Amino acid sequence: MARMKFLCDADRCIECNACVTACKNENDVPWGINRRRVVTINDGKPGSARSRTTCAAVCPVSCFLVTPDHVVLHSKDLCIGCGYCFYACPFGAPQYPQLGNFGSRGKMDKCTFCAGGGGTEEPGSIEEYRKYGANRMLQGKLPLCAEMCSTKSLLAGDSDVIAQIYKERVIKRGYGSGAWGWMTAYRESVAT
Amino acid sequence: MTGFWARARFIFGAIALVILIAFAVPAHAQQNAPVDPETSVVNEQTLLQQFRRIQGDIDQPNQRERVLIQPDGRVWDHFHEVTLRWIGVVAIFGTLALLVAAYLLLGRLRISAGRSGRKVPRFTGFERFSHWLTAVSFVVLGLTGLNITFGKLLLRPLIGPEAFSVFSEGAKYVHNYISFSFVVGLALIVGMWIKDNIPDRTDIEWFRQGGGFIKSRHAPARRFNAGEKLVFWGALGAGTLVAISGFLLLFPFYVTNILGMQIAQGVHAVIAVLFVAMILGHIYIGTAGMEGAFEAMGTGEVDYNWAKEHHDLWLKEQIAKGRTGHPADLPAATPAE
Repeated sequence: MARMKFLCDADRCIECNACVTACKNENDVPWGINRRRVVTINDGKPGSARSRTTCAAVCPVSCFLVTPDHVVLHSKDLCIGCGYCFYACPFGAPQYPQLGNFGSRGKMDKCTFCAGGGGTEEPGSIEEYRKYGANRMLQGKLPLCAEMCSTKSLLAGDSDVIAQIYKERVIKRGYGSGAWGWMTAYRESVAT
Repeated sequence: MTGFWARARFIFGAIALVILIAFAVPAHAQQNAPVDPETSVVNEQTLLQQFRRIQGDIDQPNQRERVLIQPDGRVWDHFHEVTLRWIGVVAIFGTLALLVAAYLLLGRLRISAGRSGRKVPRFTGFERFSHWLTAVSFVVLGLTGLNITFGKLLLRPLIGPEAFSVFSEGAKYVHNYISFSFVVGLALIVGMWIKDNIPDRTDIEWFRQGGGFIKSRHAPARRFNAGEKLVFWGALGAGTLVAISGFLLLFPFYVTNILGMQIAQGVHAVIAVLFVAMILGHIYIGTAGMEGAFEAMGTGEVDYNWAKEHHDLWLKEQIAKGRTGHPADLPAATPAE
């Protein structure tokens, strides 16, 4: 079975933040929430990655669901907004709209790999879109952030395929800083 | 291009400095060659060996998002899913097992001389109100808190995912708000009783005489015996810690960063389960474990013979102050039955 991953070829990223914008537009992400972000480290190594299961493990109400493609989805109907997945996530992926008094959080929101949500909504339905954003995977498309990336720095898809693309690039240009986040997320990196 | 390099150097240098100041760098990491900011290609592992987490510069307004990779999340995950559960199970079920064993071995500690029928006022209405405000808050906080750690194992399979989520969300809000009444109750208790809970020489004697659990010996005590003092200081210490860590969790990231939030949750959870274990013992000795104890917090009056047996020095003070019914009419110690 394919395993869906993102890979950011940090050496190609120009920090244009278009992936952030595309994600917000495609998924109608609420104010104050950014599912994707670009963090500049040293010479510019942006990134976003998904934690494998720490979020699902610590969730007090077990609202997570892992698809056969290893995309981690969650149910906003079951989420209670406790914030624990954020504490556990090595990548700070979960986001919360701030609701009400104090720091009280609303339902967690995160990148879904443009694969809809983990709730009971009909895949591809307007109800699913309102809660989780687009379900591009259902249409055979990859996440928009990666598809529209102008320098093709951000890759999305089956990990074997994107790892192969990255390897070929590194061999051709003679250098590469590695698949950022992969060692932390998957305990493996792309051998180059 | 030179400008860009200079900027990148500056940014990275500043970030590295902040990280170095904020976090103690492990000794082994200090021996490694520092990351050369001139090098454009640095991989994830090299950075993680030197810093606890990787953070950089971000154009989005939420600066918390600067943290890109924080492997400590894994450590916290393991703590929450494995360590904390074991601490909780051992502390709570261990205490329950001890209490059941105590009940089976010692039984209910009776008033040796039987009831005299004469009452001595022990706690005022306001004292009892403060105690029960704290107690009810504590029980609610304890149950809703334990639900976060153990609910998905115990309750979720019973009532199903949907009902469990509805319950847990309500429980979360109840936990958040009841925290305030707990803190108020605790503050009242501490203000009223701290002067009677200062440790003194009587406490050493109380322990030496077996703390009232050995019938043939008499353990002396003033208003609060050494066991009660332990509960008092335990509640004050644990209560303060859970309150501080709890308010940090209630106002996420207002005061601290991601590492601080993880530590706050760890402190909150561990102290809380130990607190629950201690209060289980307190509940036992105040109800099933000892005859005549509950009415102190129930009606506010205790039996004269109970006071004489468990708080003799306090009773003498009360008699001297004329606060018991018939000071001259001290009953001769008649054997029970």
